[in-house]
Amino acid sequence: MSVAMRYSTPAIVLHWLVALLIFVGFPLGVYMVDLPLSPDKLKLYSYHKWIGITVFLLVAVRVSWRLMHTPPSLPAGIAVWQRRASQIVHGLLYALILAIPLSGWLMSSAKGFQTVWFGVLPLPDLLEKNRELGDLLASVHKVLNFTLLGLVILHVGAALKHHFIERQPFLQRMGWGRKERT
Amino acid sequence: MKITQLVLLAALAAPAAHAVEYRTVLPKQSTIHFEFRQMGVPVKGGFKRFTTEMAFDPAKPEAARAQIEIDLASIDAGSPEADDESAGKLWFNRSAYPKATFVSSQVRALGNNRYEMRGTLTLKGKSREMTVSVTYVPGKNASIFDGSFVLKRLDFGIGEGMWADVSTVADEVQVRFRIAATGTY
Ligand code: HEM
Repeated sequence: MSVAMRYSTPAIVLHWLVALLIFVGFPLGVYMVDLPLSPDKLKLYSYHKWIGITVFLLVAVRVSWRLMHTPPSLPAGIAVWQRRASQIVHGLLYALILAIPLSGWLMSSAKGFQTVWFGVLPLPDLLEKNRELGDLLASVHKVLNFTLLGLVILHVGAALKHHFIERQPFLQRMGWGRKERT
Repeated sequence: MKITQLVLLAALAAPAAHAVEYRTVLPKQSTIHFEFRQMGVPVKGGFKRFTTEMAFDPAKPEAARAQIEIDLASIDAGSPEADDESAGKLWFNRSAYPKATFVSSQVRALGNNRYEMRGTLTLKGKSREMTVSVTYVPGKNASIFDGSFVLKRLDFGIGEGMWADVSTVADEVQVRFRIAATGTY
């Protein structure tokens, strides 16, 4: 497989790092919300926020990189509607992985809890404390997250289908497997 | 003759007219706030209902006294969940100890309208000596007394058991109050 069939190394690293953090942060979010109030709950909330802000920063870098680098073209034989669909889904995924941590940060501000990244770096509160707005943003955060879940299933399903059923070297595009393979 | 008597009386009374004793507290303009750290994040709260009795004459600060009684049910602990949690046995145990009180014992002038007020704070059945720094801001309609002190919640058993872990909820609580009062001349 030629190098041009592969995303650039920074793009690959950022892709998997962000994926890993979301795979930890998402279930953590679902688990923590139903816990009764306890010091452990407060700790998990903080860890969740720190992971989420890290995702936000990595995605900001990732989107900037993406805007400056053209991704490898898709293999011939992928239907036009699928090319279009993949562009739309990728666009939505980027939008969501920026909007989700942003909504979490705004929610925390509205609920009156400043976000302090890793307990060290305080982020500005962009909203005043406002209970109704905080509850609304919590719902927004939740809806965006479950939309993301649906799209990620679609995204992973499509990649696996192309790779295993159509036997296109799709996973190599994102760095799985050896570089030189024909 | 009457007029001269009046003038004389007025002249004698004049210095006394500058003396004022603040006794009437304006609850609507008075506040109690606190701030503590939770996972390194500053969280603000306060108490909405409290009564203050005080007497303060700037000419005789050492004779000043203050007594504050706080209705713990009026707490804002930062979030509705925390408000509910704070009532429980591990925190204020509010059904057994519904109120907190502060009673001053000694006031010392530090100059520049600043004072040091010592007194006893009673919370959850435990009494501790506190030193409160107070600034007096004379005003036309009401004068303001701004006070602040740091208490250690564990000294009063506020947050027992799992909540005694100060790495999650800090031990230190910064308390700030503002009492507005009018005086009688
Ligand atoms: C990639 C980033 C993030 C993901 C994937 C994510 C995911 C989630 C999920 C799945 C939930 C559970 C929703 C529910 O079932 O109600 C949740 C809740 C929550 N998230 Fe996030 N989150 C992210 C970033 C953030 C950030 C950056 C913050 C704050 C700075 C944050 C604050 C919260 C809070 C406070 C809740 C609890 C809401 C409640 O109490 O109802 N999240 N998150």
